[in-house]
Amino acid sequence: MGFLDALLGRSKPARPDLDALFAVSQAALTLEAAIGLRPTGVGAVCYRANEGAAFATAQTELQTLLDADGGPAVERSQDPYGFTWLTCRQSSDALSDLVTELHAVNRTLQDNGFGPSLLCSVVAFADPDGRQVGLVYLYKRGTFYPFAPVPGGAERRDNALELQVRGAVGADLAIEPDLTRWLAIWGAPALP
Amino acid sequence: MASTRFRSDRGLTARMGLVAFLLVALYLAFMALLTTYWGIGAAPVIVVIAVVVGLAQWYFSDTVAMKAMRAREVTPEQAPELHGVIDRLCALADMPKPRVAVADTDIPNAFATGRTPSHSVVCVTTGLLRRLEADEVEGVLGHELAHVAHRDVSVMTVAATLGVLAGVIMRWGLYFGGGGRDRNNALVFIAVWVASIAVYLISFLLTRALSRYRELSADRASAYLTGRPSALASALTKISGDMARIPTRDLRRTEPVSAFLFAPALHRQSLTALFSSHPSLEQRLEQLARVSSDLGRAV
Repeated sequence: MGFLDALLGRSKPARPDLDALFAVSQAALTLEAAIGLRPTGVGAVCYRANEGAAFATAQTELQTLLDADGGPAVERSQDPYGFTWLTCRQSSDALSDLVTELHAVNRTLQDNGFGPSLLCSVVAFADPDGRQVGLVYLYKRGTFYPFAPVPGGAERRDNALELQVRGAVGADLAIEPDLTRWLAIWGAPALP
Repeated sequence: MASTRFRSDRGLTARMGLVAFLLVALYLAFMALLTTYWGIGAAPVIVVIAVVVGLAQWYFSDTVAMKAMRAREVTPEQAPELHGVIDRLCALADMPKPRVAVADTDIPNAFATGRTPSHSVVCVTTGLLRRLEADEVEGVLGHELAHVAHRDVSVMTVAATLGVLAGVIMRWGLYFGGGGRDRNNALVFIAVWVASIAVYLISFLLTRALSRYRELSADRASAYLTGRPSALASALTKISGDMARIPTRDLRRTEPVSAFLFAPALHRQSLTALFSSHPSLEQRLEQLARVSSDLGRAV
């Protein structure tokens, strides 16, 4: 924020950068080769539902649009923080379809003027041992970070795995350099 | 294609700019008046004193406010919900996360302070957490984060310092100007003295007006950030409703930090809206209602 904005007390909501999402497909190949993590075929978009009819209409239209392809239905859920998650499911080898679907969610919300309400998107990965990692995309920063909840653990993160993932996909994705921005998303529907 | 629904309020920005400009202009005019009568020698001393006081106030704002409110910083383990809400709001707004503190008092309130966004503290009272629903607390935190993003501590410190400068000059004038050698000198003293009182009063009113506009700006930013202006409005009504029932003794004790509080914790019926540091509840609710209808309209 510039000096004048501070002086006049105005802040504009940060605008999202959506196209970086497509880079996930490349990163998935690297992840499988380097760590053995494969996409689970589940991804989710997290946003802040605004009050008012305009948002409700956009949301309903969006779900109708996504369910029109005949694939598994898109699920909508609320988290304890008042954010909404739209969970998309595709077969685990159709990652590019999943990414396209996630991108469509973002695009629709942005086109309806709700871009500033987008928080993050998650694409889930898992390995045969049951370890899970979500690649989280932060719109406002335009960066990715890994989030690895310990399965069955009470809100503990597997930091070693997260750092390992960062090392592996660092060349494919813009990884968030500031570790304090690696927001924990406990209970995200894509990472049960 | 509308990429965002955010609408800036030109009028509010313009009023704020005008007030800030008047504040500076007034101060400069007063300095000019002073140096004309007493020579250049008087000015630097006063400027140095006031600027040092202002700098100290600004630099230590977080520590001082935390001490005054008896607030303690909490870790994510101690207050996971509070940290979770702030984490999400900061990610949504793309700003560094401030430290989080809780004050053990039943007065429902919140404040944000600190010299820069990365040296800031957001503090809520236990009374606030007890009374408000989760989405209302979020609205309040959005308002405080907006204060941090708008650097309100820095701006208000500068504004207040200009006012303090006038006050310092007034006292100084009383001290040294009083022993004038001849009648002419005494007349000059009276003129400067009266002028300085007027300056002090006007700068006080302007600082308060600036503070009210910045509160409105923070409300507005919070409403657009959370997408729920009505939750913030409901929080405001709950907090303001509680204000009147709180015993006066506790209220007076919180006075020094009231400039950074979410709703003024003072029960001052005698003072008019002109003197208050926060806009009236009706004014704030009206603005939030406008944001709400903007959000609900189809693009």
